[in-house]
Amino acid sequence: MQQQWLRNTLGLVLAGLILAGCAGQTKTNEPAQIPEESTQTEAPAPIENVEPPKTVDAMGNPLDPNTGNPLSRTFYFEFDRATLSASDLAALELHASFLRDNRDRSVLVEGHCDERGTREYNLALGERRGDTVVSFLTNSGVNRSQLEVVSYGEEKPVDAGHSEGAWHRNRRAELIYR
Amino acid sequence: MNLLRRFIICMACFVGSNMYAGLAIEIVEGRDNPIKIAIVPFGQSLNLNIDQDISGIVAFDLARSGQFAPMAEENMLSYPDRQDKVYFRDWKILKVDYLVIGRVEQEYNADLSVVYHLFDVVNARHLISRRVTGSQKQIRDIAHSISDEVYQEVTDIPGAFSTKLVYVLAQDLGTKYSNFKLQLADTDGERVRTLLSSKEPILSASWSPDGSQVAYVSFEGGRPAVYLHNISTNSRRMLSTFPGINSAPVWSPDGRKLAMVLSKDGNAEIYVRDIGSSKIQRVTRHPAIDTEPAWTPDGSSLVFTSDRGGKPQIYRINLSKGITDRLTFQGDYNARARLLPDGKHLIYVHRSDGVYHIALQDLERDRIMVLTQTDLNESPSISPNGSMLIYATQDNGQGILAVVSIDGTVKYRLPSSLGDVREPAWSPYLKSVLRSENL
Repeated sequence: MQQQWLRNTLGLVLAGLILAGCAGQTKTNEPAQIPEESTQTEAPAPIENVEPPKTVDAMGNPLDPNTGNPLSRTFYFEFDRATLSASDLAALELHASFLRDNRDRSVLVEGHCDERGTREYNLALGERRGDTVVSFLTNSGVNRSQLEVVSYGEEKPVDAGHSEGAWHRNRRAELIYR
Repeated sequence: MNLLRRFIICMACFVGSNMYAGLAIEIVEGRDNPIKIAIVPFGQSLNLNIDQDISGIVAFDLARSGQFAPMAEENMLSYPDRQDKVYFRDWKILKVDYLVIGRVEQEYNADLSVVYHLFDVVNARHLISRRVTGSQKQIRDIAHSISDEVYQEVTDIPGAFSTKLVYVLAQDLGTKYSNFKLQLADTDGERVRTLLSSKEPILSASWSPDGSQVAYVSFEGGRPAVYLHNISTNSRRMLSTFPGINSAPVWSPDGRKLAMVLSKDGNAEIYVRDIGSSKIQRVTRHPAIDTEPAWTPDGSSLVFTSDRGGKPQIYRINLSKGITDRLTFQGDYNARARLLPDGKHLIYVHRSDGVYHIALQDLERDRIMVLTQTDLNESPSISPNGSMLIYATQDNGQGILAVVSIDGTVKYRLPSSLGDVREPAWSPYLKSVLRSENL
């Protein structure tokens, strides 16, 4: 785990140095390519700021490149549904971007349900939620081999309560970075 | 108040740890005109020191069946323990319909034998006399076998008091200390044994038709896998661990196959696995969720849950012809069906007005009867005599088990003080461990 993180960080620093070297010269197809917008905003930055922005937190989870805050890794669903809400797509695209840039990183996508409905049906529904997230990420260029789905159905609530609020918090897909 | 209650619970732990390690039974509702029965405290030879009240266990068995109202001991006029001491007029005055008396003796090898008699008071007739013999550890088995015999003689329905339950005890859910135990117990909640303890979820226990094994789903390897657990040897093996879902195992009536759900081919589909050869036959082929299979008693078909019509409904597929027909049409959530032993009635989870009930559907007349009043009911499992079913529900946010008779008239609950209990599975008839004979 520690070694993995070290390797990732070293790799990222190296990639950052290479990119800094050819900043503004050519657009490359390097795996560690920075999205166009950020190269543009970085262009007028002072020359001494060569250190690339951190892409992961201390746990190895990706940071939002725009804000530097941890990227949300939990996505919520409606009852008996497995469709992503439009407001989650931007964050998921940032996860996809991170995973495209870091092909050695993999993610376990956990699918969860609220307690209503039968347990085995919910196990299948949780998998469908996980699969929806996986489809989005692979459509965005992430390798299928970087992703694994495990459904826990209703067996692992984050909130053991029985209110609408608890149910909402429990109907989720979680990205666990490994 | 809280402190006082905690103190009382602690006291209860010391006084009757056996009782509180398992499930406590609270009878909610019985028949309108239950059969009046007197079960006289059994006599015993002076040197005997039995710590279990056999006649008390029998009385409690019959009481929770809802069909009987056992008479309180203190209201009896006499306490016969031999046939020649029975005077019917003592019992007719008390308006008792049936009378049970008995006596416990010790065999030369320290085994116990109970001789008991059942009388029809109204007709002043002797009905049965039997001797049941077992070891000191089998006193509760002896009591339950007496309950079975009395129940069958009076109601003409085989008793199911000697059967067992498995269920899941979940503790500290939603915290990092959450844990799960697969529990085995008598149907009165006593004699609890933990078959498996895990930090990860356990669900969907299913008995083999001979009662020797239980199949279940355990997440202990980080993913759902199906295990087969031998009850008497307490050994087990992992049966199915394909990528994705491995779940909802149910034994075929002949005990040779397991229907189960796998998602290895893309999404949740139903398969039948031959246990001996490990050959797998795919049963459903649909991009919708197909899950929760159950066998028809003749083994020719499976009923299952599918949302192929947009919402979960129950379907039936013939295994040799592959013909599928839909069985449920009322309501927008019908799932986890089980068939009664007659094959003509379906029990399932039925949502109406947002409430999750257990419903009984007559497949020939297509009539639906809702058996429960509370919400969030699930996982119904039918007793082998087809007269009762156990299911999981909630009481003030706590997961409890509850039993209801097939006609909806009898209800009792089995809460646990240890945590949330759920996923009950009622065993088939089990091979008796006792020696018994008619006298």
